[in-house]
Amino acid sequence: MKPIEVENIDVAIIGGGPSGLSAAMTLRKLGVDKVVVLEREPEAGGIPRHCGHPPFGLREYGRIYTGPAYARKNVAQALKAGVQIRVKHSVTQMGQGGRLEVVSPDGAQVIQARRVLIATGARETPRSARLLGGDRPLGVINTGAFQSYLYLEHLKPFERPLIVGTELVSLSAVMSCRRAGIKPVAMIEANLRATARWPLSLFPRLCGVPMHFGAQLLEIHGTGRVEGATVRLADGQTRTFDCDGVLLTGQFTPESSLVRLSDLRLDPKSGGPYIDQYGRCSDPAYFAAGNLLRPVETAGWSFREGHKIATMIARDLQGQLPAATPSIEIACKGDLKLCVPQCLSNSSVVGMQHLQLRVSRAVKGRLVVRADGKEIWSRAGSSLPERRLLIPIASLNLPQGVQQLEVDFVGQ
Amino acid sequence: MTKPFPNQSGIYDVIVVGGGVVGCAMVRRFTLEGARVLLLEKSPDILSGASKGNSAILHTGFDAPTGSLELQCMKDGYQEYLQIHQKMSLPLLKTGAMVVAWNEDDLGKLQGIVEQAHANGIADVNLIGRERVRALEPNLAHNALGAVEVPGEFLIDPWSAPLGYLLQAMMHGAQVRFNTEVNGGYFDGELWALETTNGFVRGRTIINCAGLFGDVLEQQLLGASSFSIHPRKGQFVVFDKAAARYLGNIILPVPNERTKGIVLTRTVYGNLLVGPTAEEQEDRLHAGLDSDVLRQLVDAAVERIPALEGMPVTATYAALRPATEKKEYRVQRVEGKNWISVGGIRSTGLTAALGIARHVFSLYQREHTPVPAPILQWPTLPNLAEHLPRDYQRPGYGEIVCHCEMVTLREIENALASALPPGDLGGLKRRTRACMGRCQGFYCGARVAELSAGHLAIPLATGVCHEAH
Ligand SMILES: Cc1cc2nc3c(=O)[nH]c(=O)nc-3n(C[C@H](O)[C@H](O)[C@H](O)COP(=O)(O)OP(=O)(O)OC[C@H]3O[C@@H](n4cnc5c(N)ncnc54)[C@H](O)[C@@H]3O)c2cc1C
Ligand SMILES: Cc1cc2nc3c(=O)[nH]c(=O)nc-3n(C[C@H](O)[C@H](O)[C@H](O)COP(=O)(O)OP(=O)(O)OC[C@H]3O[C@@H](n4cnc5c(N)ncnc54)[C@H](O)[C@@H]3O)c2cc1C
Repeated sequence: MKPIEVENIDVAIIGGGPSGLSAAMTLRKLGVDKVVVLEREPEAGGIPRHCGHPPFGLREYGRIYTGPAYARKNVAQALKAGVQIRVKHSVTQMGQGGRLEVVSPDGAQVIQARRVLIATGARETPRSARLLGGDRPLGVINTGAFQSYLYLEHLKPFERPLIVGTELVSLSAVMSCRRAGIKPVAMIEANLRATARWPLSLFPRLCGVPMHFGAQLLEIHGTGRVEGATVRLADGQTRTFDCDGVLLTGQFTPESSLVRLSDLRLDPKSGGPYIDQYGRCSDPAYFAAGNLLRPVETAGWSFREGHKIATMIARDLQGQLPAATPSIEIACKGDLKLCVPQCLSNSSVVGMQHLQLRVSRAVKGRLVVRADGKEIWSRAGSSLPERRLLIPIASLNLPQGVQQLEVDFVGQ
Repeated sequence: MTKPFPNQSGIYDVIVVGGGVVGCAMVRRFTLEGARVLLLEKSPDILSGASKGNSAILHTGFDAPTGSLELQCMKDGYQEYLQIHQKMSLPLLKTGAMVVAWNEDDLGKLQGIVEQAHANGIADVNLIGRERVRALEPNLAHNALGAVEVPGEFLIDPWSAPLGYLLQAMMHGAQVRFNTEVNGGYFDGELWALETTNGFVRGRTIINCAGLFGDVLEQQLLGASSFSIHPRKGQFVVFDKAAARYLGNIILPVPNERTKGIVLTRTVYGNLLVGPTAEEQEDRLHAGLDSDVLRQLVDAAVERIPALEGMPVTATYAALRPATEKKEYRVQRVEGKNWISVGGIRSTGLTAALGIARHVFSLYQREHTPVPAPILQWPTLPNLAEHLPRDYQRPGYGEIVCHCEMVTLREIENALASALPPGDLGGLKRRTRACMGRCQGFYCGARVAELSAGHLAIPLATGVCHEAH
């Protein structure tokens, strides 16, 4: 075996989705020399590659693209900026100080980067991690796989699926079904209302797909392919749908397996890495951006976040970011499910503009921030699961010497 | 209407019914001893019954009933696996096991477990105190009071091993028919004619390795069965690969009348699993999952290894043990019928299979003496174990198709083109691990559908779709 060479570069970006590509082009534009995107798929572009529908790219490029066209545009822009994109390159290990183990069909390699941006995105929760009951037949898949079947392979995984979930992605699944001539038997939602906003949530009904709220998937049936699915409806009755597939939509989860296998601190609430307002991880050679940070945002948001964190990395390379420690931890209370970033460096250098929050159930009341137990900020309002909820960091006017911050949703 | 196999008018010395781990080992033993063997399996692939889901432990037999056939077969099977695994490139992960006492009740039973192990000839089994448990397994909950250490309990690849047994048999001339269910037949005093869903086949001796349907087969062909199957389901939860670092040994429960207890173990694939449950049921076909039970398994795992709190679940699965009304294996020659029953290989068959095959061959030998096959050939199994070099670490693999389990295009193509190609998606997963990781096909499912099109009994795709572009 020949000894493994170490390649030295300025910034390695793990993942060529919207956030990774946007960060890469920004870094190049800010004069960083050697910027390499490591993408494990045969093509860069990320999730939009198989989102065969608009709207993508309006704020970035001033026009509307479909997902695949948007992905191609991002790749072209990155290449134009002088970014190296290496496809079929999988990062298998993130070592201390930016040492990456990488495999490609050409062999194994070690990359030593001055900084690393982790931008590995998010996926949906599969059947197993939802601990769903029943048989394990063919045809129980997530939207991501469904879209890949349709738009990348031109195949249909089923003809009459039961759709589980009413997030935005669930609605795009209904749209994809329609275009492929697939007829969902119903759409079910465990909560009493759709997760996606009205009027989008009306869309399935307009397509003639019956919707059931307060409905829980109990069991999947079938020894070969799916033969049915039993659901407990809101009135307590159980009903078995005659379907040949189950489409599990949403319940996004960060693709943070590399983080879990590394020494980086992971935030169990967001499921992503623990970062400060500069996107900096517990090992200051590592930064993170995009949907790896939290489930889940749009492509546009991820793109802008990649840009923002890239400017932070560029400053850091010039020694212009404050030291990573000490920092102020942010604790999530009550019905707040997660907060990103998870800590703040008490510095005047501006990083991300907002604390990004999500609630675990529908809430109404006051969003409160406390510094060492004392309320310093509040706002009345309401929120629903999966909805974007923001607190402008600048509006907190953090007092000097704060040790700990607490964000809370105080119900009415 | 049934008709003979096209070019299969010959007569086999032995027909093995059932391609579980026991059937695969059986075909191998008899073929290597020189017999002309045919395997009949009703499913599109091997390992479609009890053998598709187990804990993958190569047991020493330390806790098997002393003097039982089960113990003898486990010990023989264990020995033979150690002798042959390297020749076939089959993995062996030498973890060792601990039977951990979590309460005073358990603690009181440890000495008895050690004594039984010694009586079973497993001499290196010994008692260790709580300090030693903590030193060896620092991530176990601190209420572990003591343990029996069983250094010889190891982990293997439960799918590649039987595949290897059958491949080796095929290299020596054994034949295999899938999608072929035996559902009748008659014996003329010398020859059996088996009626299958694919026509008649003739053979001198039948070996019933039909697992969960062993009693049904005997009722159909012999008019009665000497045993009856009472399926016992085991459910499992597999945690993310990040969990494997929290455990070294296999953690076994102290057997107890009230609760069966569960096992916590790594797998050779680099995961950590918890299970199995033991649930009696009538249904022999469906090994259904139960959300509440899965949740209990997750909770039990977190209770034993607190660091697992919040650890994502990668997979859930269940399988049925072919249990009978007795604990002992139900292996016997049926006099005057040229029939050998291999029934009730309940919960130790992965370990014992090679030993069971030897035992059954010795029963057969009392009447027949086949000519030994002269030169032994060995198949090389693709390695799926994490602790040994994987295909993606060798250049030229094309691309990685399944990122969670790091399965390459080369591995998938080789599996599809192999001497014993997968018959269904389960078979492809068992040969390559594609779609078996944390995303369960989110990233690679569609690509696998495309690559496997035309190869599997039930295709992943229901049709093509040109509309959506
Ligand atoms: C099914 C689905 C549908 C969606 N639909 C929409 C939509 O219609 N509109 C919308 O705005 N948003 C949608 N989203 C949200 C989507 O997450 C964002 O649009 C956007 O893709 C996030 O960008 P990202 O860069 O953070 O991650 P991604 O786009 O997920 O990109 C991450 C990249 O990292 C690569 N990668 C991961 N691990 C490694 C590794 N170890 N080594 C090398 N490379 C690696 C991946 O291959 C991938 O290309 C959808 C998400 C899903 C899952
Ligand atoms: C939950 C669980 C955990 C376990 N853990 C372990 C462990 O850690 N270590 C260990 O050593 N063992 C373990 N075991 C035990 C082991 O898996 C079983 O003993 C073994 O799989 C039994 O194999 P078999 O070949 O007898 O049966 P099966 O695997 O059921 O094989 C029988 C085959 O016969 C076929 N068949 C049936 N009827 C017909 C017919 N009429 N015609 C044609 N084909 C037919 C079936 O399709 C099937 O493929 C475990 C078992 C379970 C269920």
